[in-house]
Amino acid sequence: MGTLTTPAVERENYLNADYGIKSWLLTTDHKRIALLYLISITAMFMVGGIAATLIRIELLTPAGDFMSSDTYNKMFSIHGIVMVFFFLVPSIPAVLGNFLIPMMVGAKDLAFPKINLASWYLYIMGAGLMLYVILTGGVDTGWTFYTPFSSTYSNTHVIAAVIAIFVAGFSSIFTGLNFIVTIHRMRAPGMTWSRLPLFCWSHYATAVIMVLGTPSVAIALTLVALERAFHIGIFDPRLGGDPLLFQHLFWFYSHPAVYIMILPSMGVVSEIVSTFSRKRVFGYSFVALASIAIAVLGFLVWAHHMFVAGISAYAALVFSILSYFVAVPSAIKVFNWTATMYKGSIWLSTPMLYAMGFIGLFTMGGMTGLFLACLGVDVHVHDTYFVIAHFHYIMVGGAVMGYMAGIHFWWPKISGRMYPEVWGKLAAGIIFVGFNLTFFPQFVLGYLGMPRRYHAYPPEFQVLNVMSSAGASILAVGYILPLIYMLWSLRYGEVASDNPWGATGLEWRTPSPPPTENFVETPVVTWEAYDYSTVPEVPVAR
Amino acid sequence: MHDSQVIAGEHLRPHYADMEQQRETATMGMWVFLITEIIFFGGLFTAYLVYRSAHYDAWLIGSEHMEFWIGTINTVILLCSSLFVALAVHAAQVGRNKMCALYLGLAAAMGLLFLGFKGVEYHQHFVEGAVPGSLWHLQVPDANSVQMFFYIYFVMTGLHALHVTIGVILLLVIAWYALKGRFSPQYHTPVEISGLYWHFVDIVWIFLYPLLYLIGHKKA
Amino acid sequence: MWQSLPLWPSRASSMAGRTDALVIFLIAICGFVTLTIFVLIFVFAIKYRREKHPVAVQIEGSNILEATWTLIPFFIFIVMFVWGASIYMAEARPPKDAMEIFVVAKQWMWKFQHPEGQREIDQLHVPLGRDVRLTMISQDVIHSLFVPAFRVKQDVLPGRYTTTWFRATKPGRYHLFCTQYCGTMHSGMIGEIVVMEPATYQAWLSGGNAEGSLASTGQKLFQQLGCSSCHRFDTQGRGPNLVGVYGRPVLLDDGRTVIADDAYVRESILNPGAKVVAGFRPLMPTFQGVVNEEQVLSLIAYVKSISQPEQREPVSNRPAVPPHPSPVPRGR
Repeated sequence: MGTLTTPAVERENYLNADYGIKSWLLTTDHKRIALLYLISITAMFMVGGIAATLIRIELLTPAGDFMSSDTYNKMFSIHGIVMVFFFLVPSIPAVLGNFLIPMMVGAKDLAFPKINLASWYLYIMGAGLMLYVILTGGVDTGWTFYTPFSSTYSNTHVIAAVIAIFVAGFSSIFTGLNFIVTIHRMRAPGMTWSRLPLFCWSHYATAVIMVLGTPSVAIALTLVALERAFHIGIFDPRLGGDPLLFQHLFWFYSHPAVYIMILPSMGVVSEIVSTFSRKRVFGYSFVALASIAIAVLGFLVWAHHMFVAGISAYAALVFSILSYFVAVPSAIKVFNWTATMYKGSIWLSTPMLYAMGFIGLFTMGGMTGLFLACLGVDVHVHDTYFVIAHFHYIMVGGAVMGYMAGIHFWWPKISGRMYPEVWGKLAAGIIFVGFNLTFFPQFVLGYLGMPRRYHAYPPEFQVLNVMSSAGASILAVGYILPLIYMLWSLRYGEVASDNPWGATGLEWRTPSPPPTENFVETPVVTWEAYDYSTVPEVPVAR
Repeated sequence: MHDSQVIAGEHLRPHYADMEQQRETATMGMWVFLITEIIFFGGLFTAYLVYRSAHYDAWLIGSEHMEFWIGTINTVILLCSSLFVALAVHAAQVGRNKMCALYLGLAAAMGLLFLGFKGVEYHQHFVEGAVPGSLWHLQVPDANSVQMFFYIYFVMTGLHALHVTIGVILLLVIAWYALKGRFSPQYHTPVEISGLYWHFVDIVWIFLYPLLYLIGHKKA
Repeated sequence: MWQSLPLWPSRASSMAGRTDALVIFLIAICGFVTLTIFVLIFVFAIKYRREKHPVAVQIEGSNILEATWTLIPFFIFIVMFVWGASIYMAEARPPKDAMEIFVVAKQWMWKFQHPEGQREIDQLHVPLGRDVRLTMISQDVIHSLFVPAFRVKQDVLPGRYTTTWFRATKPGRYHLFCTQYCGTMHSGMIGEIVVMEPATYQAWLSGGNAEGSLASTGQKLFQQLGCSSCHRFDTQGRGPNLVGVYGRPVLLDDGRTVIADDAYVRESILNPGAKVVAGFRPLMPTFQGVVNEEQVLSLIAYVKSISQPEQREPVSNRPAVPPHPSPVPRGR
C-alpha cells in the first residue's frame, strides 16, 4: 500500500482499468461517475458564469442600454436557476461526495451504484433541457418562479424550465438517498459514527435535507406547470387561489436548499483545516452535531423569505426567532475551526488558503444573515442588493471556495497528479480579491435601496456598480486559471504519492489514483478520526 | 483475510459484504424513497388543507358531487390488491415462485381495474360539468371555490393514478422474474421492496378517499 | 466625488432613525466578530506555521468554551430579535387616525388615490408629519412598494389588500421603487414620494380635482351599476341595507360573524356567494370583470362614508336614510 516503486498513476487504477466511451457512460464506479459530474457541472458553471458576466456588463451604466429588459430578466433568471440547481446543489456532493464517501467509510462503492449512474443521467437530462430552454428563448421568472407571474403572465419557457429543475431535483434525491444508506449500512468494521470524518457527517446532513426538501419544490413547480398547461387555478387570485401558497411550498425546500449548498463545503473545510493544522478538529462532536442541527433547524425557518410578503406579524415573529436559532450551529463551527488552528502546525497550502478564506467570508455572509433575520432591518433590505450580497458571500465566498479547496485537496487522489502550487495560490488570491470587490459594494447598494433584478437604476448607484463589475472581471480570471492549470497537471503535473498531505482519512490509505475497488482489502478501523499518529508526516520542503 | 462473501448467493452484488447487508440496504433505500413521496404528496395535502379552511362550504359542495360509489369500490379494490401483494411477498419468502407470480399478477390486475374505474369516474365528472376551467358547467353557489376543490381533486387523484400505473408496471416486472424462478428464501428482496411501494400507493389512497369523498356526506 | 458615491440613504421618516440605530448596532457586532475571526486566523497561520511550530498540540475540545461561544451569541441574537421585532410590530400596526391613501399597482405603474379625489401615477404627495396609511392591491402580479428613505416596504398582492404606514419627517422628493420582480418593466416601475409642508400639501390637494372625492365617485358607480336597486336604504331591498355596515360585525347565514372591513366589502363585490348575510338569499351576481380594483376602492370608500362612527347598533331594519353622505353625525 503506497510502497510500490511504480507510481500508482501507471499501475492499474480506476482511470485506466477500462477504456472506451462505453466504459465511462455505462460505469457504475462511483469515482468515474464523480468525474462525469465534474465535467458536466463545470460546463454548467460556465453557462451560469456567462449570464453573470452579461449582467455585470449591463450594470456598468445606469441605463438599460446593453440588452433589452426582457433579455436582462432572462439573464438573471438563467443565472439563478443554473447556478442554484445545476451547480451549487450538486457540486460538492456529486463530485467530491460521490468520489470520497465510499472510501471514507471503507466501502467498495456506494450502496446503489446503478442509482448513482441514473442520478448522473437525470442531471444530464435536466441540464440538457435547461440548455434547450436557454437557447430557444429563455425563462424570465427569476429562479424563484413567484406566482401569478410564472403561472399566468410570463411568456417564456416556464414549463420546460420547471421540468428541467424537477428532473435535476430527482437526481439530487437519488444522490441523497444513496449517501444516507451508504453511511448507515456500508461502513467498514470499526468505522463507528464517532470515527467518521466530518466530511461524512456534513454529507449525511446534506443528504437528509435533499431527501426531505426536494419533493416540496417538486410539487410546487409541478403545480405551476399544471397551471400553465391546463389553466388550473390553484394560484390564481381571481378564483380564490393564494399566490402565497406557492411561496410557502417553494421556500419550504429552497431555504433548506441553501444548507444543501453550504454543508458539504463545511465538511471540506473541516478536513482541510484539520489536515493543514495537523490537529484533530477542535470539538469534533460539536461540529458533527452542528451539521445535524443545521439540517433540522433549517426546515423551520422558510418564511423568513416572506416577512413583507403578506404573512401575519405573529408568524413573522416566530420565523425570525427560529432564524436566529439556526445561526447558532454555524457560529459554533466557525469557532471550532478557528480553535483547531490554535497551536496547530499550519501548512499554508492552496487548499488551506481557500479554507481560511472560506472561514472569513462565510463569517461575513453569515453575520449579514443576522441582519436579514432581524425583522425591523429586513423590511428595509429585503429584495435589495443587500440580500444578493449576503447570499453571494455565503455561496461564492463560502460554498464555491469550499469546492475549490476540495478539488485542490483531493486532486492528487483523483488524478494521481499534483497541481502547480504557485499557480494554485495565485488563483486563490485573485479569487479572494475579485470576490470582495464584486460583492462588498453590493451591501452598500442594498442599504441605499437599490432593488434586486433591476435592469436600469438611478445614476447615483453607478460608482458602486462599476466597482462591482470590475471585481467580477477579476473574479472571472481567478476561476479561469484553475481550469487551465488543472488540465495542464493531468499531463505535466508532478506525480502524486498516496498521501501527499499527511492526512488521516481512509481515502489517503489507498493509492493515488485508487484501484476500482478502492481497497485491496477491506480496512478494519481501530483509530479515532484525525489521529495523526497513524500517518507519516510530510517534510516541510514540499 | 476478511471473507467478503459470507453467504454467496448468486444474486450478491460485488460491493456488498453479504446478502444480509444487501437486503438491509435495499430495504432502507426504498423506505427513504417513500419518505420523499410522502413529502411530495404532502405539498398537495397542504394545498387541500389551506383551501379547505378558507372555503369550507364549497368543499362540502364539492365532496357531495363526487362519485361516492366509484370511490368506495376503488378503495376496496386497492385494499384487496394490497392483500394480494402481502400474499405474494410471503410466497416469495417460502420460495413458491409460481404462487408469487400469480398473486402479483392479481394485484396488478386490481390496479388496472382501479385505473379503469378512475377513467370512468373522470368521464362522469366531464359529463356533469365538474371539470374546472373552461369546461365547467356545474350549477353551484360559490362556483370559484368549488372549482378550486375540483382542481385539487384532479391533481391529487391524477398524481396518485400515475403512481398506481408505475406500481402496476413494477408488479408485472417482478411477477415476470418470479415466473422465471428467481426468488428463494435467501433472496426475495425485490418482491419485498416492490410490495412496500405498492402498500405506500394504497395508503395514499386511504388518506385521499375520506378527504375527498366523505366530508359532509349526508347519504348513507 | 462623494455626491456621486452615496454610502447611506437619507432618513425621512419616523422609522428611519430606529432602523438605522439597529443597523449600526448590527454592523458593530458583526464587524467585531468578523474582524476577530480574520485576525485570529491570520495570527494563528503565522504564529503556528509549521516551519516554526512543527509539532501540533492535540486538543480534543473544551466544553466550557463550547458553552461560552454558544450561549453568548445566543443572547446577543435574542437582543437583535427583540429590537427588530419591536420595530416590525410598530410598522405592522398603523396608527388609528392615519390618513388613508389607496394604492393600485399594475404592470408597470403605481396608481395612488387620495380620498379627497386626487389621483396620481408614479408620484405620491404626502404632508409632512402626518401618519399615512397605504391600503394597497395589485391588478395583476405581485409587486412591492419600497421607499428607501422611509425604510418602508410591503408586497402588494393581487386578490387581497395589504397595508403599511409611515410618517414623513423631512420634506423632499424620495425614490419609490417596485421591489418584487414583476416582469419586463420591473425596473421602470419607479417614481417618487413628494413630502410637502402641511400648508403646501393642502394647497396642492385643493388645486385641481374636478371629479370629487373618492366616496362620491363610488356613489356614482353604486348607482350606475345598479347596486342601489337591491341595496336599498330601507328594509325592502333584496340585499342588505349598507348604511352603518362598514366596520361592524355582520352575521352570516352559516352562523359565522365577520367584521365588514375592506377585504369583506371587496369580496362581497367580486365573489358574493362566498359569504351570504343571514336572512338574505344568495342572489347577488358577481362583479368580477365588471369593476377594476380602483373602482372597488371607490365603492369601499362610499360604503365607508355612509357608516357614521357614532352609530352603535348593527343595521338591519332601519328607516329610510338619504343616500348623500352627510358630514353631520346622524342622531337617532
